[in-house]
Amino acid sequence: MNAPVEPRLRVGFFVTCLVDLFRPSVGFAAIKLLEDAGCQVEVPAGQTCCGQPAYNSGDKAAAKALAKQTIAMFEVYDRVVAPSGSCGGMIKTHYPELLADEPEWSTRARRLADKAHELVSFLVDVLGVERVAAAFPGKVTYHDSCSGLRELGVKSQPRKLLGTVDGLDLLELKNAETCCGFGGTFCVKYGEISAEIVGKKTADIVATGAGTLLAGDLGCLLNMAGKLSREGAPVRVRHVAEVLAGMADGPAIGEPREPER
Amino acid sequence: MRLTSPSFPRNARKALGDDNLKSAMRKLAEGFPVARLAAIAELPEFEALRDRGREIKDHVLANLDLYLERFERTCVERGGHVHWARTAEEARGIVLDICRRVGAKTVTKGKTMIGEEIGLNKFLEAHGVLPIETDLGEYIVQLADEPPSHIIAPAIHKTKEQVADLFLEHHRQYGKTAKLSDGADMVHEAREILRPKFLAADVGVTGANFLIAETGSTVIVTNEGNGDLTQMLPRVHVVMASLEKVVPTLEDASTILRLLARSATGQEMSVYTTFSTGPRRPGDLDGPEEFHVVLLDGGRSAVLGTEFGDMLRCIRCGACMNHCPVYNAVGGHAYGWVYPGPIGSVLTPALQGIAATRHLPNASTFCGKCESVCPMRIPLPRLLRQWREKAFEADLPSLSERFGLGLWAFFAKRPWLYRLATRLAVAVLGALGRKSGRVASLPFASAWTDARDMPAPEGRSFHALWKERRG
Repeated sequence: MNAPVEPRLRVGFFVTCLVDLFRPSVGFAAIKLLEDAGCQVEVPAGQTCCGQPAYNSGDKAAAKALAKQTIAMFEVYDRVVAPSGSCGGMIKTHYPELLADEPEWSTRARRLADKAHELVSFLVDVLGVERVAAAFPGKVTYHDSCSGLRELGVKSQPRKLLGTVDGLDLLELKNAETCCGFGGTFCVKYGEISAEIVGKKTADIVATGAGTLLAGDLGCLLNMAGKLSREGAPVRVRHVAEVLAGMADGPAIGEPREPER
Repeated sequence: MRLTSPSFPRNARKALGDDNLKSAMRKLAEGFPVARLAAIAELPEFEALRDRGREIKDHVLANLDLYLERFERTCVERGGHVHWARTAEEARGIVLDICRRVGAKTVTKGKTMIGEEIGLNKFLEAHGVLPIETDLGEYIVQLADEPPSHIIAPAIHKTKEQVADLFLEHHRQYGKTAKLSDGADMVHEAREILRPKFLAADVGVTGANFLIAETGSTVIVTNEGNGDLTQMLPRVHVVMASLEKVVPTLEDASTILRLLARSATGQEMSVYTTFSTGPRRPGDLDGPEEFHVVLLDGGRSAVLGTEFGDMLRCIRCGACMNHCPVYNAVGGHAYGWVYPGPIGSVLTPALQGIAATRHLPNASTFCGKCESVCPMRIPLPRLLRQWREKAFEADLPSLSERFGLGLWAFFAKRPWLYRLATRLAVAVLGALGRKSGRVASLPFASAWTDARDMPAPEGRSFHALWKERRG
């Protein structure tokens, strides 16, 4: 007799504003990975932003309003997953801090935090995914985005899955754990400092000799891709989910969608 | 010391254009952090020690009055004098009074950040007492008439070449007319010039890494031995310390000492760890005739017990700045006061007010590296964020910043309006970058596009596509 089929996990997918705006393909890649791993994925239509820009700018009232909006929208799911350590970290570690002084919301925030995850660590640590069915021939390097790394412990999981991608050769990046200088609103408030920091990062990236740079956070990726492109460096930039999902055949970040004439 | 934190953006721009600073800062990045990693790799109990260090300091801060009074009692029992200073002004006055009473003409100084905080050198000079820095880094910045740019490596912003030029300029009066190129030769020359000054000084001023309540001792750690000469040779030894430097016992100091040098320079221990307990006793071969401890509050007691209280655990190792991408990019002077880097960005607003220092807590990417290396586990990003909240509550951010944030929040709180706005933004940006995939210049985002391209959006928003495909 067959074992009873486990009910599928209902995952509320938190798109993140940058993926929504800049790179929908990351969202579709993430959803493919989640569905391939057996999840039932839903995308609540009313979601906007996790509120981190307000939280990090000291505007607690706006941050709280957005946190509550997100909690109310996602608490009905078994899990909430974001293709970002930054937004994932906001929900998982900062919502409970932010709402600590409101008893009812603090409980709801903690409950949501317990089931909130960054995409790749969710696949590996929670779903037990061991390998992906994808091919990506060539040398890649990987940047550890700060929030994912230090708030959520995302480090080995992407490397584990990338190790199962056919033809992929991972070259470790020097100073992989050093910030790329994005920092959310930091990159426009202190643009020159941010530019200096990302310049060091791109030098390290180019020095690996890899043809592709991967990371798990679109903010950092836009920052590094923008700098690499300005420098004319021959490095293509993608979100790690695109490669893991086998959906990395379109233009990379910052590449033209139509051939130039 | 004069506060230039209000012009942080201008200070930073100047720093970013300084090639000497860049090459000096590259050396920092390749030095201390690498050595720290190697040192803690050899100490399996390092993480447990961090927990213990935090406990010791938290306990002290919760009972600060008790331990300070105990320190005063034991220090006085051993013949020392303890002076309480509420403000920088009072602290300066106390030191000057001591100097005047003993007729001091010159004062040798070991490294003291409290001395920097209260602007001791300029004050003594203005009152006819000549201060002479004896820590090599402090000596260099004194010659250059600059403040230190790092709390344990004051001249880290200078290249060897710049130091050679400074020595040539200032050592001519001692008959040294050759420009040096070798580091060891420079150290030798400085030592030769400082030696008679050590012997001639009337008063020696040092800082303190710890005050030990149990024994009334003060502790300094140094790598050059200058601290020992500063406090042993003159007739009078004055220790400058802030309130939170006290620990209950020798054992506690030993625990934290195991964290301090490893976190700071990657050494197991600094070369010298010197305990001073009272003045010279009958039968002692050396030591000062008078031993004074000046305890500075300087605004710290107002931080105690608040949501910012954790910053008082700091043991001034400098690990947070060594690992900070912003500090590494702009150096210490840009921060505009005594304490740079992440700890400076939480301490300076506390001691100087957030109105004049609002840039400091904002000038962080929140990468979290500082907290991850802090031996006292100070939650620096949380403290920085709390300062941003204080600044926001006080309406300090610029009008354009508040307007932008307000506009964004207005839409983000209204999902359907937000959907409409993002669709529009994606369409416009997408059209701008359709051919090249990137936008090289944007009128409202020049802070981004001055140095990097803006990758163009793919052309449709995720939610629009999702609705079409699955909706």
